[in-house]
Amino acid sequence: MDYISQVLFVMCLLVAGYFLTKRINRIRKNIQLGKAEDRSDNPAERFKIMALIALGQKKMFDKPIVGLMHLVIYLGFIIINLEILEIILDGILGTHRLFAPYLGGLYIYLIIIFEFLAVGVIVTCVIFLIRRNILKIRRFWAYEITKWPRTDANIILITEILLMLAFLSWNASDSILQQREVGHYAGINAGPFAFSQWLMPLFTGWSDSAIMVYERFAWWFHILGILTFAIYVTYSKHLHIALAFPNTYFSKLAPKGKLQNMPVVTNEVKQMLGIPADPALETAPETPQPETPVEIGRFGAKDINDLTWKHLMDAYSCTECGRCTAACPANITGKKLSPRKIMMDTRDRMEEVGRSLEKGGPGLEDGKSLIDSYVTREELLACTTCNACVSACPVNINPLDIIIELRRYMAMEDAKVPGSWNAMFSNIENNMAPWKFSPSDRFNWADKLKETPQNGQ
Amino acid sequence: MNPTTYNVPTLAEMIAEGKEPEILFWVGCAGSFDDRYKAVTIAFVKILNAVGINFAVLGPEENCTGDPARRAGNDFLFQMQAIANIQVLNGYNVKKIVTACPHCFNTIKNEYPELGGNYEIIHHSTFLQQLINQGRIKLQGGGEFKGKRITYHDSCYLGRANKIYEAPREVLAALDADLVEMKRSRAKGLCCGAGGSQMFKEAEPGSKEINIERTEEALATGATVIASACPFCMTMLTDGVKNKEKETQVKVYDIAELIARAEKL
Ligand code: SF4
Ligand code: SF4
Repeated sequence: MDYISQVLFVMCLLVAGYFLTKRINRIRKNIQLGKAEDRSDNPAERFKIMALIALGQKKMFDKPIVGLMHLVIYLGFIIINLEILEIILDGILGTHRLFAPYLGGLYIYLIIIFEFLAVGVIVTCVIFLIRRNILKIRRFWAYEITKWPRTDANIILITEILLMLAFLSWNASDSILQQREVGHYAGINAGPFAFSQWLMPLFTGWSDSAIMVYERFAWWFHILGILTFAIYVTYSKHLHIALAFPNTYFSKLAPKGKLQNMPVVTNEVKQMLGIPADPALETAPETPQPETPVEIGRFGAKDINDLTWKHLMDAYSCTECGRCTAACPANITGKKLSPRKIMMDTRDRMEEVGRSLEKGGPGLEDGKSLIDSYVTREELLACTTCNACVSACPVNINPLDIIIELRRYMAMEDAKVPGSWNAMFSNIENNMAPWKFSPSDRFNWADKLKETPQNGQ
Repeated sequence: MNPTTYNVPTLAEMIAEGKEPEILFWVGCAGSFDDRYKAVTIAFVKILNAVGINFAVLGPEENCTGDPARRAGNDFLFQMQAIANIQVLNGYNVKKIVTACPHCFNTIKNEYPELGGNYEIIHHSTFLQQLINQGRIKLQGGGEFKGKRITYHDSCYLGRANKIYEAPREVLAALDADLVEMKRSRAKGLCCGAGGSQMFKEAEPGSKEINIERTEEALATGATVIASACPFCMTMLTDGVKNKEKETQVKVYDIAELIARAEKL
């Protein structure tokens, strides 16, 4: 009997592992659709940022109460993994509470901590459900938060509640069986536990075998739920639980005001101005030129493959929390731009391309593109490059970078920007200032001053 | 008092005389052409003169840094400007630059080095703060802003972009004024609406203009002076105050103007 359930359990693990690996590979391939970019410098600083932002949840505490609640779920998630380890080993080996004899008196304290967190998670998830669905916090009801993102968030919260309830009721039924000294439960003396003991009265009228059925049901429900959830997470905004770590590690280290340079453009401009394009080649003339000229990509980004892998990882790390959008001056004043939507669009486009490639379809060549099919030009034009979104994001996502790449495509490939921008461009080109003034008048401001005596006369 | 006139030498003149300035004052397009911001340029030059700083300007040799072109997506035009400017600056062997424009500051500080332009660049807020700390600007405490309610609007390109939050506030603190903060300030500050080349086009349709939202926030503090440290913010907030028909009660000043006025320059 036990033997059958062990085989069954291992099969479940393998099936879940298969789907999970497949999904992780897909995500990796999707991210690799992006261009190369080196973000391996300064590991010490990068570790520090990751420790502060991802591990330490620093930015979550910009909103202290939400930060605290999020911390409970986060700790619950991490610490309960220990319990899951025991469950998995029990499942494979056909044992029951494998760790109990080894840990002795410590075991009960551990489970009490888990239960404490489980209750914390339940309470927090209930509050979060209320905030989303009853209080209707504005950033969860914006126009880009359509039915699916809303459902996704609710599915996650409800699943977490169910998983935690299964865990607690499993402990309760187990404790009763231990007390009644039924079968193999007899030898284990691990319960009752801090919180689940309050659930024990629910089972008092039940027969031993009924409780045993429930105990097994709760156990299986809990672990199968977790396995399913693990796969589900890869399709969900909840992927941030894993990607927040690499994503913060690879954060932009330069000051926020610095935009990425375009070396291809630098070379062309230097050629036009008659400046040696690459000083490295000048000092070392024997350096062989590459045989085939490096393929010059598009100027700026039209689609996801014109963005870098980091932009794409950003999109997969987005939790759709909307803190960026809530801080965006354009969005606050009713413009269509929402940095969160830029991230969601990028991710949706990646998923679309990935699905198509998986089926041997056209992938990127499907006649669509990130710009126009997903992000409209009106959105892109409204950005003031103020960095409020970048600064607000709890996992260091940079929506502005993507916006600028898309704008570069509009300005340099498509040459379609508002007429007043074109006028500004030609003013800069011809008058060396964005306004139509004569360059020779540039110093006129000083004329009056030169005649003014000092000391306020 | 000695009726010497103000001195605004160009770098070319100075070099021709075999002299070298301690710093180059990068005026910027707004500082050169915008009527309102020209007053800021003049105020700053008066301070430099009064303190006896050995400075020069590029005058007609200065070009747009290219910031508006880059933010609008035209990296070609940006780099044309940047590289031309860098040639001029490197040609004169410029080492230290001060500017009253956060956009020029950001571009020269963060984006020029990759293109071969490496300078020590200081925004005028930091520069003024240093002069105050060194005792070279000695405010008597008092002056026309003593006890007045002043609120400071963070420029995105100084604040979030380059983490300069305290210098302008410390300059204001030296005025002995009553500093009040807006609801959104420092890292959480709200943009004036002009960055990212928005200055050079109509805003996209929405429910409100960004500068109006920001001005309302500034007015809500009850301040009679809105201090800024950026030409774009200056324009946007001045327009906002006009739009609210508050221009007689509430004034928008650059921090350099506040110092110059307090010093009666
Ligand atoms: S940088 Fe652009 S998208 Fe981000 S908050 Fe500012 S205006 Fe909005
Ligand atoms: S980009 Fe960051 S702040 Fe914006 S919704 Fe995604 S996770 Fe939240």
